[in-house]
Amino acid sequence: MAGLAAAFGSGAMTNSIDEIEDTDLILITGSNTSETHPIIGRMVKRAVERKRAKLIVVDPRKVVMVNFAHVWLRQRPGTDAAWINGLCHVIIKENLWDHEFVASRTEAFEDLRRHIQKYTPEYVEDITGIAADDIRKVARLYANALRAMILYTMGITQHTSGTDNVKALANLAMLCGNIGKEGTGVNPLRGQNNVQGACDMAALPDVLPGHQPITDERVLSTFQQGWSTGVRLSNKPGKTMTEMMSAAFRGDLRALYVMGENPRLSDANAGHVAKALQNLDLLIVQDIFLTETARLADVVLPAASFAEKDGTFTNTDRRVQRVRKGLDPSGNALADWEIICLLARHVCEKIHHNNAAATPTHHPPAMHISCGYWNYTSPEEVFDELAPLSHIYAGISYERIKKSGLQWPCTGRYHPGTPFMHKDVFKRGKGLFHPVDYIPPAEVPDEEYPFYLSTGRLRYHYHTGTMTRRSRGLDYICPEERIQINPEDGRRLDIKDGDLIRVTSRRGSVTGRALLTDRSAPGMVFMTFHFAEVPANVLTNDALDPVSKIPEFKVSAVAVEKVEEGAA
Amino acid sequence: MKQELHTFTLTINGQTVDAAKGRTLLTVARENNIHIPTLCYHEKLRPLGSCRLCIVEVEGTPTPVSACTTPARPGMQVHTHTEFIENLRRETLKLIFLRHPLNCSACEINGYCQLQDLAHEYDISHVDLHSCGMKDLHFNSEPYCTPLITYHPRRCILCGRCAQACIEITEVGAINYKGRGAEAVIAPIKTSYTDPTKCVSCGECMAACPVHALTETMTPGKIKPWKTDRVRTTCTYCGCGCQIELNVMDNSVIGVTPADGGVNRGALCGKGRFGYGFINHTDRLTSPLIRTDGELKEVSWDTALDYIADQLVHILDTHGPDSIGGLSSARCTNEENYLFQKFMRSVIGTNNVDHCARL
Repeated sequence: MAGLAAAFGSGAMTNSIDEIEDTDLILITGSNTSETHPIIGRMVKRAVERKRAKLIVVDPRKVVMVNFAHVWLRQRPGTDAAWINGLCHVIIKENLWDHEFVASRTEAFEDLRRHIQKYTPEYVEDITGIAADDIRKVARLYANALRAMILYTMGITQHTSGTDNVKALANLAMLCGNIGKEGTGVNPLRGQNNVQGACDMAALPDVLPGHQPITDERVLSTFQQGWSTGVRLSNKPGKTMTEMMSAAFRGDLRALYVMGENPRLSDANAGHVAKALQNLDLLIVQDIFLTETARLADVVLPAASFAEKDGTFTNTDRRVQRVRKGLDPSGNALADWEIICLLARHVCEKIHHNNAAATPTHHPPAMHISCGYWNYTSPEEVFDELAPLSHIYAGISYERIKKSGLQWPCTGRYHPGTPFMHKDVFKRGKGLFHPVDYIPPAEVPDEEYPFYLSTGRLRYHYHTGTMTRRSRGLDYICPEERIQINPEDGRRLDIKDGDLIRVTSRRGSVTGRALLTDRSAPGMVFMTFHFAEVPANVLTNDALDPVSKIPEFKVSAVAVEKVEEGAA
Repeated sequence: MKQELHTFTLTINGQTVDAAKGRTLLTVARENNIHIPTLCYHEKLRPLGSCRLCIVEVEGTPTPVSACTTPARPGMQVHTHTEFIENLRRETLKLIFLRHPLNCSACEINGYCQLQDLAHEYDISHVDLHSCGMKDLHFNSEPYCTPLITYHPRRCILCGRCAQACIEITEVGAINYKGRGAEAVIAPIKTSYTDPTKCVSCGECMAACPVHALTETMTPGKIKPWKTDRVRTTCTYCGCGCQIELNVMDNSVIGVTPADGGVNRGALCGKGRFGYGFINHTDRLTSPLIRTDGELKEVSWDTALDYIADQLVHILDTHGPDSIGGLSSARCTNEENYLFQKFMRSVIGTNNVDHCARL
């Protein structure tokens, strides 16, 4: 997201899902679309099969979409910036770029032109393993398409160079004028139902709702007034999740309040995370199940599932849609919003009580005079408070999204919503080219750990499996982890389908059953993080992208060996 | 605009109606509120023309034609409900009921079934195999292409909507007709020994079935549609934001069906359609828990919240606000994420708020 925000001024899908079926070329990279976003995957397939759009897939894995692709490039894991730069090089060299768009809508093109000179297709071939001619071919296809849409997911971003990879994609799109029009754009497909909403609502350490920077004094004072809080809001950016874990490990972070997450399975270097969580003085976990993280908690609060509460989700194409209560929560569980309000009231009461009891010398007088309003009676009341404060939601109300959702930015009561962004002007004014370099992954295979490990999802499961593994049918179809390795490697290591294998990295080791498939490239292992029994994130590297602080889930070096049955 | 579409007129049952080029007789009739019975026709699919119930008479054509596949042409004179046509339809329906059981009260879609409606309309109450001189039908119980769905060959009317949905909606094509005549069934297409089925368990076949011949294997109990509430909401899995309807009976979710409109346009994937079992799962947390003597024990809300408030304020006083962190969730609603960060920022006083956007 940081990459897109730097280039365009806004970090979200630039265009709409609807437009997929109506474009001329689709470039998918780092996304197993048909498994992780099945409905979007079908739209791509329809665009290709029935409407004659061209499909280019660039992925180290032979994902299902490859079967529909006109061109499939298999790059070495973690070399994305190189091939994207290679495409830009060819497009500039062969004069296929959109002169008018670049001149009127963008800046710093000359920097890019200078920078990109060394990324000749031959140079790129050395780094990525993609044939130079294929780079040329794809560059011409992309540049000559009337409208081209780029779709990507975590295969691009979950690298130490993730932000740079995204900036490179933004360069490519701007170079060909593929932005600000229907059926174009740079489109990150968000993996979770409300990850866009959580970002919009500022469940992030450095922004306030509506992606407004925390360091901006004007923004701070608006929120201070809006929340009528007595405390001065802090303008010091907080810690990201991975940084919090390290701080907890060191003992700097004493308490952690976790709502609906399972970091013990989902975070990179999970062994380290478990130790960090155990090191806390107070771990509060609020969830619908006793997750692996909740088992470590000091206090567990039972929450309502999505079917048991009202509210809104914001989907991947910025569409704010209603969530409606269908049934009552089980037992004494409460909706998360109710729990937060109750907790806030309890904490405020306690603070008041302490303040009253304490002598002024112990407490600075202005501390916590008021904790703001916490007596909400419904999610709608909360929404009515957050909409005007977050600008991009200002024109949205429950009444307006009763029948169908609205896409932000929606700034006024009569604003129709925004299907595609950056139409005449970029959010940041002009689109900014960022010359980026190829930086190798933090960890590459060597003699001791000769395989690449990449992680991701399967069609039938979701995240750490707390929900899908408790849905009988899905767990029946797909009951256990199958570590995907290439048949060639299988032969070499004497591993057959279903054999027990051990995968070891510098951080840990897990044992699971093998699946021989050409979906994995030779020299590459693929695992999911759905199964607590085979926790892939024990292996993954928590090296971070310097800007977005994404851990490098997609590349780590591992060793693979066969384990005798019963020995594990 | 109208000229572009080449509008013209024709008559249906003596009534002059407008039609646009490229429309079928069925669409034109429906646009003009003329009811023609159908079974294999589905708005989202290309017409199949297999059930023969939408047959109509067109003057000048020697035999009846199916309205769903016949394009409207200028000056056509169409008759939809002549005695001859009605008798043909009744015979066609009888043929269907030679196979399809008439024990509607045992069926989960009793009262919500197109075929049942037609049986009422055409007054079919009893069809006996023996009176037609047919031997009993026997079907091989071959497993369906996904264990999530059960195929009931007796109920199946062989309209082909399922197979067409698999091709047109899912772009897969995992099932097709197998066998001939009265003993034909819908069965998985076997492609090779190593990859026996292409099925992705999305359930579009099941959704397209007009007679409930494809049912969910894992449904917790007997469904009574007349006792089921349908609550429109947004799917909780990936970021696509599909619009769904929760089918709720007795405070438990018994199924998920797509809602009209929305980005998914009435389609769903396997997770969205079958991944609801967790909602009423026995593992659900029902009470706050506090760790005492190393074990998590059930306590009341007040006890839990007081305990947290005490601890948090103590840490706040001794170590300052930045020693406290919060992980919000991309699984929760906007309102909840907003309140969570408002709590961390304005009550605790720290910007240590994050969620798993990066995972």
